[in-house]
Amino acid sequence: MKQENNTLFLDGAVTKVTVPALFAEQKNLDLNSITSIDGKNITELDSAGVAFIDGVLLQAKLTSSALVHLTSDHREQYHTFSSLALDAAPHVQSVPVFQQIGEGVLQWVSSLQDALYLTADIAFWSVVGLFNHKGQRKGAVEQQSLLIGVNAVGIVGLLSLVLGLILALQSAAQLRQFGANIYVADLIAISMVREMGPIITAILLAGRSGSAIASEIASMKVSEEIDALKMMAINPIRYIVVPKFHAITICMPLLVTLSNLVGILGGLIIGITYLDLSPTAFLNEVLNVLVLRDIVISLAKSEIFAWAIVIIGSYFGFHVKGGAEGVGRATTNSVVASIFAIILVDAIFSLVFYF
Amino acid sequence: MEKKPIIRVRNMVAKYGENTILQDINADFYPQQVTVILGSSGCGKTTLLKNILRLYQPESGSIEMFGVETMGMEETAFEALLGRMGMLFQNGALLNSLPVYDNIAIPLEQHTCLPPEIIRRIIEVKLNLVNLSHAINMLPSELSGGMRKRAALARAIALDPEILFCDEPSSGLDPLTSAAMDNLILKLKNQLKMSIVIVTHELASIHRIADRIIFLDQGKAVFSGTLQEAMNCNIPAVLTFFEVGKF
Ligand SMILES: Nc1ncnc2c1ncn2[C@@H]1O[C@H](COP(=O)(O)OP(=O)(O)O)[C@@H](O)[C@H]1O
Ligand SMILES: [Mg+2]
Repeated sequence: MKQENNTLFLDGAVTKVTVPALFAEQKNLDLNSITSIDGKNITELDSAGVAFIDGVLLQAKLTSSALVHLTSDHREQYHTFSSLALDAAPHVQSVPVFQQIGEGVLQWVSSLQDALYLTADIAFWSVVGLFNHKGQRKGAVEQQSLLIGVNAVGIVGLLSLVLGLILALQSAAQLRQFGANIYVADLIAISMVREMGPIITAILLAGRSGSAIASEIASMKVSEEIDALKMMAINPIRYIVVPKFHAITICMPLLVTLSNLVGILGGLIIGITYLDLSPTAFLNEVLNVLVLRDIVISLAKSEIFAWAIVIIGSYFGFHVKGGAEGVGRATTNSVVASIFAIILVDAIFSLVFYF
Repeated sequence: MEKKPIIRVRNMVAKYGENTILQDINADFYPQQVTVILGSSGCGKTTLLKNILRLYQPESGSIEMFGVETMGMEETAFEALLGRMGMLFQNGALLNSLPVYDNIAIPLEQHTCLPPEIIRRIIEVKLNLVNLSHAINMLPSELSGGMRKRAALARAIALDPEILFCDEPSSGLDPLTSAAMDNLILKLKNQLKMSIVIVTHELASIHRIADRIIFLDQGKAVFSGTLQEAMNCNIPAVLTFFEVGKF
């Protein structure tokens, strides 16, 4: 490339390979003085070369008529790939901060509304589904119970045992100082049944089943399976969500009971080995301190957690945006939102039933 | 026709697991020609393209591209060759998490050192060629099937490849857009001297663009020759195809 008088001579290949160098070189030229570009000696041209020429023409404030002596082949190529005739691509305008905040709030309100509608739908169809199995696959509840409940037994049991051990061990050191060894039983029983059992089970289910629900529904939505169901006059909530809802309603109290029992067993192990308690004394103390109310609250709370997991999972599933990448986002969001909801509900329960 | 083939496939066998899809394929693809691969759906056309491009490893045989044997070639050497080829996948295969613009920018950024300004201009032009300028900032999930295919074509030709592979470019397109695609393919062949390999079933499109035909039937390449020869040959499968399509 060289400049003579007011003409810029291009030579050799002007392609994606040579353009980076030409582009750097062009910065040292005085493009304003150029009135024409001579392409007689160009041997090879491609779309990168054309884009480069367009750039030079634009900076020199010239039109394509200033490009001279191209071979007819290159002239054709130039016309195919020239961007000068195109309208500039629309620019994305940035939205002012306050507008963004306002829109964010509005969106939040409307998604809350959607979630409430969905909750009402699910509640309605779950009750209907109890009496009328139309629009549900046969054996769906059993299958879901297996997935949500039975397959979670191992991990819930293991975690609860470890949690019971830890709680007992941590408190044992303190209680010993006062010779209040036996109270470790009270502590474990109350904390497992009223807090830890339901919470740890719910968080595990949110991670295991909430995410599975969200991703299953989201991928069905993305691949138009939900539309196909609707076309066959099948209510997707009835078909997909209700079996899960029933299954989790059955499984959750069982899992929480398991978690409570195994957690107390963990406490018992520490009591026997570390605090020299007799098993009878420990269990007696546990039965003394627990009242029916505790157990009822524990199970009631866990049902609410379970429903929150299903509702939130299906909400994010049904409201997936975009294609396959939206599925991943929906899944993550559903887990975060369900754990948040679980802790919020737990806080409310603690306040209401404090006395 | 006397030119050396740009891709030469010899005795290629392709399998998925135990399942042999293609056996003993011999095929030549010539420079600056449009070669159409024909065959009933599920007969292994996509498999043939993917094996040529080493997306799957052929079981045996030899594949020469640009006069170089690619079977058993080093990964890095083959990547350099990939910069000279573009592929339009059957379902578009755009990256869903990126807008159209970034999808087309990927090969340009991967294989060249062009300044961003030039890249931007190339992308705008390529999108304009496939008539999709308005969709430049959209996500693939916001496009229709045909639009996705056109965006994918823009990505396939971003680098002005020497060989362009198109897997059913016109399925899902309206006749007008499909004809425009054909014109674009002819333009690429004539102006950019591209060699083009196309899988298509559209008879109209075949008559417009095909120089050569390769016909796959039951895992074998039963015919290979010019469009004229294909229409006058006496191989039942090939004849049926042209007869049925005529009505
Ligand atoms: N990833 C895969 N794994 C196993 N079998 C496959 C795979 N992809 C395709 N096949 C099988 O290979 C055969 C050819 O498929 P394909 O090449 O996609 O056909 P087409 O000619 O329609 O493009 C089909 O029978 C299909 O079932
Ligand atoms: Mg195919």
